[in-house]
Amino acid sequence: MSTDVMSLRYAPSQRHTQAETVDNAAFGFWIYIMSDCVLFAALFATFAVLGRNYAGGPGGKALFDLHYTLGETLFLLASSVTYGFAMLSATAEQRRRTLGWLALTFLLGLCFIGMELHEFYGMIAAGHGPQRSGFLSAFFTLVGTHGAHVTFGLIWMAVMMAQVSVKGLSTPVRSRLLRLSMFWHFLDIVWIGVFTVVYLMGVMT
Amino acid sequence: MLGKLTLSAIPYHNAIIMSGVGFMVLVALAVLGSITYYGKWGYLWHEWVRSVDHKKIGVMYIMLALVMLLRGFIDAMMMRSQQAMAVGSSHGYLPPEHFDQIFSAHGTIMIFFMAMPFLVGLMNIAIPLQIGARDVAFPFMNSVSLWLTVVSAMLVMVSLAVGEFSQAGWTGYPPLSELAHSPGTGVDYWIWAIQISGIGSLLTGINFMVTILRMRAPGMSLMKMPVFAWTALCTSVLIVLAFPVLTVTLALLTLDRYLGMHFFTNAMGGNLMMYTNLFWVWGHPEVYILILPAFGVFSEVVATFSGKRLFGYASMVWATIAIALLSFTVWLHHFFTMGASANVNAFFGITTMIIAVPTGVKIFNWLFTMFRGRVRFTTPMLWTLGFIVTFVIGGMTGVLLSLPPADFELHNSELLVAHFHNMLIPGALFGYFAGMTYWFPKAFGFRLDERWGRRAFWGWLIGFYLAFMPLYVLGLMGMPRRLDHYANPAFQPYLEVALVGALFILGGIISQIVQLIVSIRRRGETRDLTGDPWDGRTLEWSLASPPPFYNFARVPVVHTRDAFAQMKEEGDAYQRPDHYEDIHMPRDTGAGFAIGVLAFVFGFSMVWHIWWLAGLSALSILAVVVGRTSRDDHEYVVSADRVAKIQKQRYRQLASVSVVVTGEDDHRIAAGA
Repeated sequence: MSTDVMSLRYAPSQRHTQAETVDNAAFGFWIYIMSDCVLFAALFATFAVLGRNYAGGPGGKALFDLHYTLGETLFLLASSVTYGFAMLSATAEQRRRTLGWLALTFLLGLCFIGMELHEFYGMIAAGHGPQRSGFLSAFFTLVGTHGAHVTFGLIWMAVMMAQVSVKGLSTPVRSRLLRLSMFWHFLDIVWIGVFTVVYLMGVMT
Repeated sequence: MLGKLTLSAIPYHNAIIMSGVGFMVLVALAVLGSITYYGKWGYLWHEWVRSVDHKKIGVMYIMLALVMLLRGFIDAMMMRSQQAMAVGSSHGYLPPEHFDQIFSAHGTIMIFFMAMPFLVGLMNIAIPLQIGARDVAFPFMNSVSLWLTVVSAMLVMVSLAVGEFSQAGWTGYPPLSELAHSPGTGVDYWIWAIQISGIGSLLTGINFMVTILRMRAPGMSLMKMPVFAWTALCTSVLIVLAFPVLTVTLALLTLDRYLGMHFFTNAMGGNLMMYTNLFWVWGHPEVYILILPAFGVFSEVVATFSGKRLFGYASMVWATIAIALLSFTVWLHHFFTMGASANVNAFFGITTMIIAVPTGVKIFNWLFTMFRGRVRFTTPMLWTLGFIVTFVIGGMTGVLLSLPPADFELHNSELLVAHFHNMLIPGALFGYFAGMTYWFPKAFGFRLDERWGRRAFWGWLIGFYLAFMPLYVLGLMGMPRRLDHYANPAFQPYLEVALVGALFILGGIISQIVQLIVSIRRRGETRDLTGDPWDGRTLEWSLASPPPFYNFARVPVVHTRDAFAQMKEEGDAYQRPDHYEDIHMPRDTGAGFAIGVLAFVFGFSMVWHIWWLAGLSALSILAVVVGRTSRDDHEYVVSADRVAKIQKQRYRQLASVSVVVTGEDDHRIAAGA
């Protein structure tokens, strides 16, 4: 063996850096999001199969108000934009600004969830709850699972706001902010699917 | 306050169940008692329960798998003995509702709590060592996965004593599993046990994908990875893609049962075939999740004990990838009788036949690896040879069943039972046994006893043929599966032979228990001082047995496949590095265990409708997770000095058994960081 290969018997330095840990976590989170995609795919498939099984109950045309849902959608999409600004501020190490944008994002997300709950409440009060038909079971579960994800995102965001104020924008905190941003934008994309498949296509029939 | 839970939930009127419970409690008391007697609680807590070391987590996974193997096997013995006697006027000793619980528990346990922990355990022990990593990518998450799996298994065990288990089979098809037809808690136990363990498996899949894709030693390109790492990677990908579907399927069934929704009900717009489709969209990849790591073990074992490189490495890798992809295209062959059109059935029949091709490629690769090799017939090799012969038979009956017209006749018969046992016992379980024997010295520092290992192998192999070949015949004679009683006396002789086969397997299992005891008592004779007891070819054998907690003092650079074999050929396998550096290691934590315990409380209270407790435990899990993620001190530093001291001992031990160590003796210790 020549000496230059001999000298490469061991890796020059095996200290793993913080950046590497951050990258691993981000990559792992991407994979988690991929698995969440599959989860939503299964729910969409279920909705596609059961979405016309009204069992004598109301269909999408009678139940959905597209203007209302559009308002809901705008809140969520706007929250994605404001989260983007929060990330920009975090990269620029502007702590107060980051907190401000996060708070705004949180508020917008809260409005989205509030509107969704209000819609659910109205439907259930009118006797169109998830027990009414296969269609409504699939509707409440698909939309509700997205809503549960957003709610979890809000809890996470609250924790992150606390961390940013207590710890500042340290590397681990920024790494978590990055993952939350992936999660938040992902939920936006899923919502586009929900809006299209459930609401737009729902009022067409 | 306690939901549906009352004292009457304990089946004290059933002597068989109560003796099972009594046995379980006695064993538990004996274990707890001896831990207290020997004063090992602290050791257990600090060294094992809180550990995030992948090697220890792997050992705990396999211990769980072995315990659950015993439980699942007892179920099997009960079914075999019931079927051997319950003909005509005799009804055997098990009432139908009990028999139904037994076959449901047997399947659930063997898949989720024996096979899954076994393969995850082997991956945990071997993968970081094989790829030159110090641990998995997310050690804490690894501990969470372990404890979620353990507590779900405990949930199944508790169902024996409190309430009942599902009678709807391990697949839990509606409408039988719906509330209207299974009003008891059995199906709920089944749901929550596999829901919680499924989340643990998903986390494992993510963990190992990141570990294998991002933490390999420098120079180890994907095509230089050991084949076991490849199969573990493909299994992890399958877990990540398939398990969310199981999560959804179970959640929808839960909503039907708990909130009166209509996903899988007969009326009100439900669609019960939706369940069957979703279940097998997860279920078929699951078969390959179980079997691919075993294929990986066989590949390592065949190459090592033939003293050769694996034949056709690239084709082995591509065959693995092909199987992983194709596994998502065959799910409908589990229910050709659903009533899909002939074209749909033909499509899935053909994809099913195609999947036999890459599997055949693998068989030939193993055979050609042995060809002109110096084969050493150790126990791992015996398991491999037994697998090759037996698995081919099972594969052929699989191709037979992939023909929709034949399947219409054989659907739900004993032939199917024979077929999938013929795949999973040699294909998965023999592989796990081979892997356990192969890596045992790496994990514990001494080998397993060969003589009792051979006895165990022959017990299992002969027992397998006696137990399952008659079932093929019975299937062709028209015997349906899952019968607690039958009228046709012509079935009986075959079922009696099957019982004898189960007794042979019992002999095999007893041999394995004896093997463990004998091996531990005689560990002085089989101690592995070099760390390389089999003349191994991959990096894990370059380390001491058991390896130091940081695995690699310096991470080696990999230049070829079978890196360690190459280093040995060059006479440079044990080269002292010129210096050591500080090592960052993950801190142990009890949080994973806490999450597991809380998940158990959550599952149990959901089963019994104790809503306040379910809410409380779910919130507590959230609190633990938030608390854990708000801390930044997850690592500590092992000083270069300490590493040097530990390594010095290693090299001294190597010298004591006359292994050639190259490199200088004195160390300039470079301070790290």
